[in-house]
Amino acid sequence: MADRALTLSAAGLAAAIFLLLLAPLGALGLSFQGFTLSAAELSALRFTLLQAGLSALISVVLAVPVARALARRRFFGRGVLISTLGAPFILPVIVAVLGLLAVFGRAGWVNGVLAQFGLPVIPIYGLQGVVLAHVFFNMPLAVRMVLHGWEAIPAERFRLAAGLGFTPADISRHIERPMLRAVLPGTALVIFVICLTSFAVALTLGGGPRATTVELAIYQALRFEFDLPSAARLALLQFALCALAYALATRISLPASFGAGQGRAGGPPAPKGWRGPFDAAAITLAAVFIALPLLAVALAGLPGLFSLPSLVWSAAARSLCVALASTAISMVAALVLALAAARGRGWPALAATLPLAASSLVLGTGLFILLQPYIRPASLALPVTVAINAALSLPFAFRILAPEARSLYADYHRLSASLGLTAWGRARWVVLPRLARPLGFAAGLVAALSMGDLGVIALFAGEAEATLPLLVQRLMGAYRIEAAASAALLLVMLSFALFWAFDQWGRRYAAT
Amino acid sequence: MLQLENLTITQGSFALTANWQAPKGARIALIGPSGAGKSTLLSVIGGFFPAAQGRILWDGADLTSLPPGARPITTLFQDQNLFPHLTIAQNLGLGISPSLRLTSADHARIETALAQTGLSGFGPRKPAQLSGGQQSRAALARALLRDKPLLLLDEPFAALGPALKAEMLGLVSDLADSSGATVLMVTHDPQDARRFAPLTCLVAGGVAHAPQPTESLLQNPPPELAAYLG
Repeated sequence: MADRALTLSAAGLAAAIFLLLLAPLGALGLSFQGFTLSAAELSALRFTLLQAGLSALISVVLAVPVARALARRRFFGRGVLISTLGAPFILPVIVAVLGLLAVFGRAGWVNGVLAQFGLPVIPIYGLQGVVLAHVFFNMPLAVRMVLHGWEAIPAERFRLAAGLGFTPADISRHIERPMLRAVLPGTALVIFVICLTSFAVALTLGGGPRATTVELAIYQALRFEFDLPSAARLALLQFALCALAYALATRISLPASFGAGQGRAGGPPAPKGWRGPFDAAAITLAAVFIALPLLAVALAGLPGLFSLPSLVWSAAARSLCVALASTAISMVAALVLALAAARGRGWPALAATLPLAASSLVLGTGLFILLQPYIRPASLALPVTVAINAALSLPFAFRILAPEARSLYADYHRLSASLGLTAWGRARWVVLPRLARPLGFAAGLVAALSMGDLGVIALFAGEAEATLPLLVQRLMGAYRIEAAASAALLLVMLSFALFWAFDQWGRRYAAT
Repeated sequence: MLQLENLTITQGSFALTANWQAPKGARIALIGPSGAGKSTLLSVIGGFFPAAQGRILWDGADLTSLPPGARPITTLFQDQNLFPHLTIAQNLGLGISPSLRLTSADHARIETALAQTGLSGFGPRKPAQLSGGQQSRAALARALLRDKPLLLLDEPFAALGPALKAEMLGLVSDLADSSGATVLMVTHDPQDARRFAPLTCLVAGGVAHAPQPTESLLQNPPPELAAYLG
């Protein structure tokens, strides 16, 4: 009984996801007129691939020494630092951009120091700014992934290496480099895919014919030129890129060639000599690189935080509603699909991760074309944003829940079935208490992501529908930098508060 | 000669002392209840865990502060003696040069060691393609190549069946005889001690006692050993 209800609701959800993805694509296909790319469209494609490739490469190269230092050194605050590396993931893009401008911009700290020494100003707009922002977001992610690789090496390998008298160079050659060969391609690919759909960074730090991503070009074609065929062509191009990257990413399975250990304590040895100061420098530089832009936003935003104009507060309220609504939808869908996937079927996982092949602006453009003959787009800005945010965050929520749901099923399915628990009883007494922790964590991530999202809303919103991130961007565009900084500070506080509140709920409610 | 000089090992509330010496070429079984500290004593001698007090000497040279790789010791662990991503030949080569810079003479030595342990032709394979017994042989072959005067066995054959284990112990005996190595072996089976080790060290009650002749110890066991043997 409980099983059938679950399967039916999962199938309904999967159908809804397919419809939400296919309807916009169908609309795009209908307004599609030939596949000859204009020079501008071609250069957008070239720039998209170039910046994504550079961002992935630089993030990964910088991440290796930091991850190695974190893996082999123990110091006060190490745990806090590693958790902090997760923060950029839920940091609203527009806030980071403001911070990076304050540090690296024309009138920023770095150029101020350069001017002291009579050196020329390094401009931030263009390719270097886009890559800088992407490295800011993705280098910490790469550090976490590579560090995970290091920690996955069984302690027995290092014990054996010590027994055989390995030098640090031997350890690097026989243990660490094989691990990096296995971990780095996947890490770089993940970052490459994330950067392919870059919109807010390109909107604020790129732009112009030489630094426009496909995602940004879609927006410009639709919003400024109202060139539907061009927007449709670009959106299909972007979809093809994402689908290709998605297919690639599912094929690269990280090989676990290190075998299983017995979970003995101990990690890589901490070598003495020059490697000590080198590791300290790697950790310090990474921490400063992440902390400085945030500090800059806090410093710039604090004075105006208590005299914010009322339109900031109404935008904040709109953003909160969007975030909570898309969190509710995304979490229900992720939970139902994860429970269905735990029964060993493949299609729920496919449905849950399929949105990875789409991007915010691709779906938005399709819906825009589909709906604009009948309804004024601005009046749909918030519902469309809720739906697209929920769909695009579904893969993340699903990936957090799926392994936990699988072990829950393996451990307690027979017991639940033998007790004859109903669907409701099982949800209330087994699923929610056992999964509270990952549910809270995933809900926190989804809420913070949705709170800070600046994507499809830019396409639909008029003056009266702006969410907080969009308002910050508009204030920046109007050179009201102080108001923008204060609104950005409010935005980042709300995003982190949402994450913290959901995560805390999960921890408190979790059955131990 | 191996000397344990007023050695004290502490780990939380656990403590173990040892104060004895063993002649060169001796074969000593370490026997005692589980949790008594047999493996811990071996890992302290091997250099994987620091001693709280006392010294470990080999032929009068103090080993206490040396890293594991610098001690004249090869340790065979209970498990995980081979790198799963390297071939058997590479795993053996690490016993000659940790940077795997091998001459053709080294390759010939690897072939000989494989032949001596009955693994001819297994060089290019990965450990996962070998049976448990063959993996133990490969680890033993590497110990042979390292040619260290002191061999510590931390129940490396515990997962093998009785016949295979007897065969492996026979192989260790032969190899130790030809190289003159001193062998310390942790075991929980008195039969292993009888078959392999003329001397036995009883580890019980926080003390690793001085080695005594195995046969008489097992014939007239002190109370702790009698309780363990049942």
